[in-house]
Amino acid sequence: MIADEPLVVGRHSFRSRLFLGTGKYPTFEIMREALEVSGTECVTVALRRVALGGGQSLLDFIDRKRYVLLPNTAGCYTAQDAIRTALLAREAAMSDLLKLEVLGDRLTLLPDPVETLTATRALVKEGLTVLAYTSDDPVVAMRLQDAGAAVVMPLGSPIGSGQGINNPRNILLIKNSLSVPVIVDAGVGTASDVSIAFELGVDGVLLNTGVALARDPILMAKAMRLAAESGRAAFLAGRIPVREYASPSSPEAGKIEAAGNR
Amino acid sequence: MMSTETTIEIEVNGDVKRVPDGTTLADLLKDLRVEQQPVAVELNRTVLKSSGFERLLRAGDRLEIVTFVGGG
Repeated sequence: MIADEPLVVGRHSFRSRLFLGTGKYPTFEIMREALEVSGTECVTVALRRVALGGGQSLLDFIDRKRYVLLPNTAGCYTAQDAIRTALLAREAAMSDLLKLEVLGDRLTLLPDPVETLTATRALVKEGLTVLAYTSDDPVVAMRLQDAGAAVVMPLGSPIGSGQGINNPRNILLIKNSLSVPVIVDAGVGTASDVSIAFELGVDGVLLNTGVALARDPILMAKAMRLAAESGRAAFLAGRIPVREYASPSSPEAGKIEAAGNR
Repeated sequence: MMSTETTIEIEVNGDVKRVPDGTTLADLLKDLRVEQQPVAVELNRTVLKSSGFERLLRAGDRLEIVTFVGGG
């Protein structure tokens, strides 16, 4: 039986190929349990102005010995803002990992590939390990790899939409044309979306809303873990080709004579 | 009676704040009760290394103090 290899991102190595966001959970306690049940080893976090005066902090609920922090630049609309946020995130996390997200439209929250490319170049030069969130355009994905992105992260569908993998053929093209890992990021609505992504051969899936806003986030986290495992296993096992017509599973030879028919 | 302590005006996360002259950034973080969290600080648009937190604050300094929140 084929054994899977860990996913290597920069100087980190992950056995779980599922990456979870930490936003929008009903409570920090539910988030903590969902992360645990999902089996993830890497979680995304956002950077915001600190609440002056103290209080409960997200990081009180994330065991940093267990999870690698992946800070994002969510909410940035220009390369300049994303770079500024990224450099602050590096100091706060004391880590080189960065999910670069530069958006181009406030309604669809679709990524801005031009600004993303500019920011990728600058941040790679700064020594960051850039995981670049982008559209599902195979040419843009190649450009990001050329710019030094450690991972290219095409969207399945718009952030928080739950539409799943809208363009599996493009995801497949991206995976097949890049040498860096490909992680599908955004749009996952339910477990089968995760399986579909892994069956296409991608190296990882990053999701947040699909778990955080499920009726039972903890149970959904389990479903996502199982879907990741089964989709990845199906990919490694090698699916059969799709045929136009049927192909009998039982032998044709040695059948008893059919009664009544010829 | 007038206080002998002089204060300076700085800006923290967009709000004007007065602190005693001689306050370091590390003092300010403690005063704001955020020193237990992983924070990063931008001083006058330059990101500081944590070794720079001992710096004395000066009048007119503009600070952004950020930390991690939930996000995807």
